[in-house]
Amino acid sequence: MLVAPQIIITLVFFMWPASQAVYQSLLIEDAFGGNTAFVWFDNFKELFEDDHYIKTVGRTFFYSAMVAMLSLSVSLVLAAMADRVIKGTGIYRTLLIWPYAVAPVVAGALWVFLFYPTTGIVSTFLTSIGYEWNHQLKGDQAMALVVVAAAWKQISYNFLFFLAGMQAIPKSLIEAASIDAASPFKRFWTIIFPLITPTTFFLLVVNIVYAFFETFGIIHVVTKGGPANATEILVYKVYNDGFVGLDLGGSAAQSVILMVLVIGMTIFQFKFIERKVEY
Amino acid sequence: MIENRPVSTFISHAVLLAGVAIVLFPIWITIVAASHDAARLLQVPLPLGLGDQFYENLKEVIGKGVGNTAPLGLMLFNSLVMALMIAIGKIVVSLLSAYAIVYFDFKFRMLFFWMIFITLMLPVEVRILPTYEVVAKLGMLNTYWGLTLPLIASATATFMFRQTFLSVPDELLEAARIDGAGPMQFFFDILIPVSRTSIAAMFVILFIYGWNQYLWPLLITTDKNMVTIVMSIKTMMEALEELPKWHHIMMTALLAMIPPVLVVIGMQKLFVKGLTETEK
Amino acid sequence: MSHILLKGVEKIYPNGYKAIHGIDMEIEEGEFIVLVGPSGCGKSTLLRMVAGLEDITNGEVHIAGRKVNDLEPSQRDIAMVFQNYALYPHMTNYKNMAYGLKNLGTPKDEIDKRVKEVAKLLELEDLLDRRPKELSGGQRQRVAMGRAIVRKPTAFLFDEPLSNLDAKLRVQMRLVIKNLQARLGTTTLYVTHDQVEAMTMADRLIVLKDGIAEQIGTPMELYDKPETKFVGGFIGSPAMNFIDATLSSDFDEIQFQDTKLPLKTKLNSQSSNIIFGFRPEHVTLVDNSAMSLHVELVEHLGAESIIHAKLGETPITLRLNGHIEAKNGDTLNVDIDADRYHFFEKESGLRL
Ligand SMILES: Nc1ncnc2c1ncn2[C@@H]1O[C@H](COP(=O)(O)OP(=O)(O)OP(=O)(O)O)[C@@H](O)[C@H]1O
Ligand SMILES: [Mg+2]
Repeated sequence: MLVAPQIIITLVFFMWPASQAVYQSLLIEDAFGGNTAFVWFDNFKELFEDDHYIKTVGRTFFYSAMVAMLSLSVSLVLAAMADRVIKGTGIYRTLLIWPYAVAPVVAGALWVFLFYPTTGIVSTFLTSIGYEWNHQLKGDQAMALVVVAAAWKQISYNFLFFLAGMQAIPKSLIEAASIDAASPFKRFWTIIFPLITPTTFFLLVVNIVYAFFETFGIIHVVTKGGPANATEILVYKVYNDGFVGLDLGGSAAQSVILMVLVIGMTIFQFKFIERKVEY
Repeated sequence: MIENRPVSTFISHAVLLAGVAIVLFPIWITIVAASHDAARLLQVPLPLGLGDQFYENLKEVIGKGVGNTAPLGLMLFNSLVMALMIAIGKIVVSLLSAYAIVYFDFKFRMLFFWMIFITLMLPVEVRILPTYEVVAKLGMLNTYWGLTLPLIASATATFMFRQTFLSVPDELLEAARIDGAGPMQFFFDILIPVSRTSIAAMFVILFIYGWNQYLWPLLITTDKNMVTIVMSIKTMMEALEELPKWHHIMMTALLAMIPPVLVVIGMQKLFVKGLTETEK
Repeated sequence: MSHILLKGVEKIYPNGYKAIHGIDMEIEEGEFIVLVGPSGCGKSTLLRMVAGLEDITNGEVHIAGRKVNDLEPSQRDIAMVFQNYALYPHMTNYKNMAYGLKNLGTPKDEIDKRVKEVAKLLELEDLLDRRPKELSGGQRQRVAMGRAIVRKPTAFLFDEPLSNLDAKLRVQMRLVIKNLQARLGTTTLYVTHDQVEAMTMADRLIVLKDGIAEQIGTPMELYDKPETKFVGGFIGSPAMNFIDATLSSDFDEIQFQDTKLPLKTKLNSQSSNIIFGFRPEHVTLVDNSAMSLHVELVEHLGAESIIHAKLGETPITLRLNGHIEAKNGDTLNVDIDADRYHFFEKESGLRL
């Protein structure tokens, strides 16, 4: 059977762990794995009563929104420009595509190097013009740094999609608009931007999912969730509580919540894509 | 469009160049840092131009590793194995299941379809802990299989190939049937060659995905001979006590990004086409 | 013995839709049969059942004396040309043509010989190393035919093979196909919705409507004696004119609006309400007649003129030789060739 490989792998590495997670989320286990007790939804209750967890949720949303906004706006501007120039679009694309290939951890390392408090190129520059930079101590600066690093990596992807979206707009439409004497700027906002709304929306979801789940490496290397949890997002907390804190039940409960979240977002996205396909 | 406005064209190029400069600045600095020695990288302000230590650093890192890590040569090899296994494994598995889903009517098709759909939604990061336990139970810690198998079955590729196959005209299958091609012949002689653009695009995406895996290998490999290059960066930065050895770290970072960057740029056309056309 | 035999063939799609309602037909070896009918009438469905691409719900299909209901398409010894050609995009034209033979296990040099032969026949020799993408529409069409021909099948099946070509090329290719078929003498089933194509190419044609064979016959039979009102209207261009008429009580005169037409022979009909049909080309202009029409529009085609007119509220089309001076609002008096009257039952549309 052709589907056998996928079924087996899916069962062993997806279904089993997922059910395991659900099961575990209902247990309390002490750190040495000796005693377990079945506690129903206590783990979840505990989580939602935990100030710390609620804060992490809020922080994660803030972080994702920032990453998405920063990355989308920069790439939108660049794509708009690249769409306008007649020569060199390909070259710009080649140059802007690089960050996509860079691993999150590596991206994190690069940005740490630039902003390393004592020797970083940017940080020393900032300090020299009077802005004290130390993301190892200041929470908001740490957050800014991870946002920038995460957004940087995502620029390529967004740029490619925006550009493809813009180039798919029939030339005649733009020409019609220029006959109507709209200035390039106005043309962008009244014609191009509305027409790429589906792309923008798609990218928004993709970016948020990306920030949620795929930036673990960046955070791990740049701040380790610190200082004082200032950059701890949900995925990081799952890892931290499970592998470092060894609170298996709590970590599993968090996993389950994350799964529900992802499923929600994916369904949302698919609904949207289906609708888009219709017209 | 005939629009001859040098000023606005000039502005566009200026903005683009500035954008490119900002985007590539961290990468340039990486190259710079990788070409200086340790001492120079501790003097403020840091250099913006290339130094002359590039080959020294390269030799040292490749052969000996940084601090007590394995030599980078081995890590690069591990990364390569992992990336290739994930990319090829996923492509093979997904091609087969997509073929089955699109062209065969079997009993549990819908069930299976939903199963894939659900796995699509669960990135490893989310179910990391239980998956770890499963792999541990199977005794696959510190093996290439443990490293790759759990990452192979994600459904994205299956979905993409399904899309691709659905866009292949039915008449092609019919023509092949009249020409006497059986299911396997159709698959290998026609379907695979016709889908080669999306396969190539998928390869690029998955190779990068595999190469850049971090959290999963971090958990599953305790043996330093199994470490991948991407993971090693973190270890190096934490070779605490002293300040980080930036010249080696940056050289490692550079080595870690060269292969995926080369793959993306080398296969850019296919990749961009596959990415923007199939993922929508 | 017939070469292709359809016995009570029916098709019901899985969704319950009955696309073909029992078709019987015998096709002789070497005949060129055209399946014609409006869009959605089931032409492709019927052809694909013969090809083996659709299951046969009821009835039997025999090809060359074998019942083929349960045979795979490749075992039926047929070849098919698709509307969009369905050439394998990644293979050269040579390989496209060779693929079927290769699957049959034909020796390499035999394949080579046959492909070259067919390429010569279709003037494709210089194009063999190219891929389908690098050809014009007409050339692709020829490759698709080449792929069918090299197999030396007992029957060719064509599904609207010319509909993607421009008008001029279509006329050319019509000839090419017809000549080729005559030369090879291979039994052919050809689907089209273009009645001109149907008339010019067919030895016999089947007019399908809603999955029912309205009439089977030679082009001239269909033209001269359409069995139903539908066939009358479908075959011939411009289409036949239809007028609601009443039959007199002694069956030898019909009346419509102010016009009375005597009949040469008595008409046998249950009901006095009938439909009277005549072809646009079977009229002559006269100075004085029982039938006068109001001209609405005249199309001058050079050799002939098409006149769109009205009889009361009923639209009438005339096709007359030469240049006819007439304009909107004019009145024309016409006579209809009395040997070319057609009558149909009002309810069933059957010929009287
Ligand atoms: N797979 C299917 N399932 C259900 N109904 C179908 C299917 N394929 C075709 N039909 C229906 O059967 C009827 C006949 O279809 P068919 O394709 O044979 O038409 P056709 O005469 O070839 O039309 P055209 O000239 O447009 O190609 C149509 O009404 C169509 O909607
Ligand atoms: Mg059809």
